[in-house]
Amino acid sequence: MITDTLRAKRRRSALVAKRRRTALRTLAFMAPWLIGFAVFFAYPLLSTVYFSFTKYDGFRPPVFNGLDNWTYVFTQYPQFWPAMRNTLWLVVVMVACRVVFGLGVGLLITKVKTGTGIFRTLFYLPYLAPPVAATLSFVFLLNPGTGPVNTLLDGAGLPQPGWFTDADWSKPALTMLAVWGVGDLMVIFMAALLDVPKEQYEAAELDGAGAWQRFRHITLPNISPIILFAVVTGVIQAMQYYTQPLVAGKVAAGVIGGSGQQFEPGYPDKSTLTLPQIVYNTGFQRFDYGTACVLALVLFTLCMAFTALLMRRRGGLIGGGHR
Amino acid sequence: MPRSSRLSSAAAAAAALTAISLLATACTGATGDAAGDDPAKDVTINFWHGWSAPGEVKAIEENIERFEAAHPNIKVKVTGNMTDDKINQSLRAGGDKAPDVVSSFTTDSVGKFCNSGAFADLDPFLEKSEVDKAKVFPQSLLSYTSYQGNQCTLPLLHDAYGLVYNKDAFEAAGITAPPKTWSEFTEVAQKLTKSKGDSYERVGIMPTFHGYETTPMRLAAQWGATYFAADGTSNLARDPAFTKMLTAQKDLVEKLGGYEKLEKFRASFGDEWGAEHPFHKGQVAMQVDGEWRPNMAREAGVTFEIGTAPLPVPDDLVADYGKGYVSGTIMGIAAGSRKQNAAWELVKYMTTDTEAVVAFANGIHNVPSTIEALASPKLQVDENFKTFLDIARHPKSSTTPPQADGGTYQLTFTDLAYQHEKGAVADLPGALARTDAQIDTDIAKAK
Repeated sequence: MITDTLRAKRRRSALVAKRRRTALRTLAFMAPWLIGFAVFFAYPLLSTVYFSFTKYDGFRPPVFNGLDNWTYVFTQYPQFWPAMRNTLWLVVVMVACRVVFGLGVGLLITKVKTGTGIFRTLFYLPYLAPPVAATLSFVFLLNPGTGPVNTLLDGAGLPQPGWFTDADWSKPALTMLAVWGVGDLMVIFMAALLDVPKEQYEAAELDGAGAWQRFRHITLPNISPIILFAVVTGVIQAMQYYTQPLVAGKVAAGVIGGSGQQFEPGYPDKSTLTLPQIVYNTGFQRFDYGTACVLALVLFTLCMAFTALLMRRRGGLIGGGHR
Repeated sequence: MPRSSRLSSAAAAAAALTAISLLATACTGATGDAAGDDPAKDVTINFWHGWSAPGEVKAIEENIERFEAAHPNIKVKVTGNMTDDKINQSLRAGGDKAPDVVSSFTTDSVGKFCNSGAFADLDPFLEKSEVDKAKVFPQSLLSYTSYQGNQCTLPLLHDAYGLVYNKDAFEAAGITAPPKTWSEFTEVAQKLTKSKGDSYERVGIMPTFHGYETTPMRLAAQWGATYFAADGTSNLARDPAFTKMLTAQKDLVEKLGGYEKLEKFRASFGDEWGAEHPFHKGQVAMQVDGEWRPNMAREAGVTFEIGTAPLPVPDDLVADYGKGYVSGTIMGIAAGSRKQNAAWELVKYMTTDTEAVVAFANGIHNVPSTIEALASPKLQVDENFKTFLDIARHPKSSTTPPQADGGTYQLTFTDLAYQHEKGAVADLPGALARTDAQIDTDIAKAK
């Protein structure tokens, strides 16, 4: 009896020691990720939540002020709702245009028999242009008074929009700029399109399927995971849209350098104001870190919500041919 | 989830938040008493400024050389072309690489800098050095370099705003003298405007508030507007000056062709700081501008004669003609600097030494910022520069007051002005009252 108890105890402690070793080893292997997660995600996120409940200018210690920053953002901050509306507009329209155009160009280029390399290069090149340079050239091209686009429209007897100086046209102009730099999506879509099994097209053709039917029932189901990827990454990009609207607004407003005058982004009429711009502006120019943290959390929540929504819908989007 | 584990999760979250708040508190506001250094010892200080044009950089380097020759123990490491954003970040971060002395073009930031304690109060240094600031600097400059009694910056040169005009265009249009009143100004601007198709060959003035220095604040100064009431609340709706100014500007916009037509023409203008400026190119005949413009225009190779004058005043304030909006560059000491006494030596030299101020003013064609320097015979003054010196010296010249929210209140007011000039404000008194409420909210939040 005594020997059995001792043996059982020894066995149990050996088991415990083994479990501990396994746990430690697992933790050791996970450490790089865990440290990265804690330092670059958990700490910044938790401190953003903490600072959102404080009055904090970056110089004096933060002071707890309850929901002040939150109520200010939603009820009193004149830049918040325009920035929110613009960001959502860009998320919906710009992402849709980029995906449709990227897929369209990808499809066309995979169909082209000769000179594919030239077309690929031509469509990919704009993607390599630095955002500031690309935006500057668009502001020049779309200048309502002297730009070549309006000169052409004038020549054709068509109305000439104010583009970056007209609040109704500034976001479509930004969308045109985003569509022009669609080279990254085009390459991804081309790879996906070339991956669609040829036999499926052959079988469909034998069954008498037309071009649209082949696209609808073979191409789309096969590339739907890539479309989902393009939409999700596009939404995240659009949520972080900062440089292009800022540069376009500044140049169109005639503010490049400055004699010390302050500039508030969004020209014209806050139509190019985006959420990331007001996060920066509020935190680093107004010295109001607390409110900037609220705005950052709103942006983060929107990103998560959009991504979650798209991932939940992926069944419908990916479904089809793979099921 | 069992109750105990819910409790432990809550406790862990609370502990995490406490830890973060402690860490955050430890990372901030570490200004302390940093003025214990000996300025007579060998020391190197960091000085950040915003000038970037070759002539300006050369002028500031020469100024620093003169300082180092006079203070052989103090070496100055100069970093130029700094924006306010970069300055703000480095002041927050502190450390050896952070600036000890900073100059900024944005006088609007003074309220924020003083209110947050980013810059050290300079009054104890002024006292220690027996410098009577009221005798050294004009009052208007002292008002925009301090906030609620905290003199956290000092003026380093000065900007005055007036009217720069194309004399040849005036002559061709038969105009013999620059306009003094707003109605004369409106008349002259119309006479100087030349149409071309559905656009312009030239406008008399670009009156819209995106026309570079034609900001609502520059014009409001001519109407003698008071931004804040005695109780500190925003005064836009109560002071009729704002309504009068906005109405007069909108009237000018209409008379010159309307907002849309003007904005379309404005979009074709070049950079304010480059050779393609519309005044240089003859696209506008008059420009609301600072004292730097005549020289900049000459450097850009303009062929016409340039005239300067104060900005016109409203017809009922003609007795005040000669005044204008004033502003300038500011200079301060980082509150976190551990070399504040040495830093003060540089600030004192650059802002109060008459010879240094005059030489620097001559170097970058700005108005000097001390009473003695303004009267110095060494100051290089031509006819055009004298106009701006006189505006700077005019007793009724004014500036925008410093506030805890920096210049946010001005941006809020400017937003309203943008809406008004394009005809999107139906009820101006109501809009001004709403703007007042917004400004009061923003300032209360920033304090």
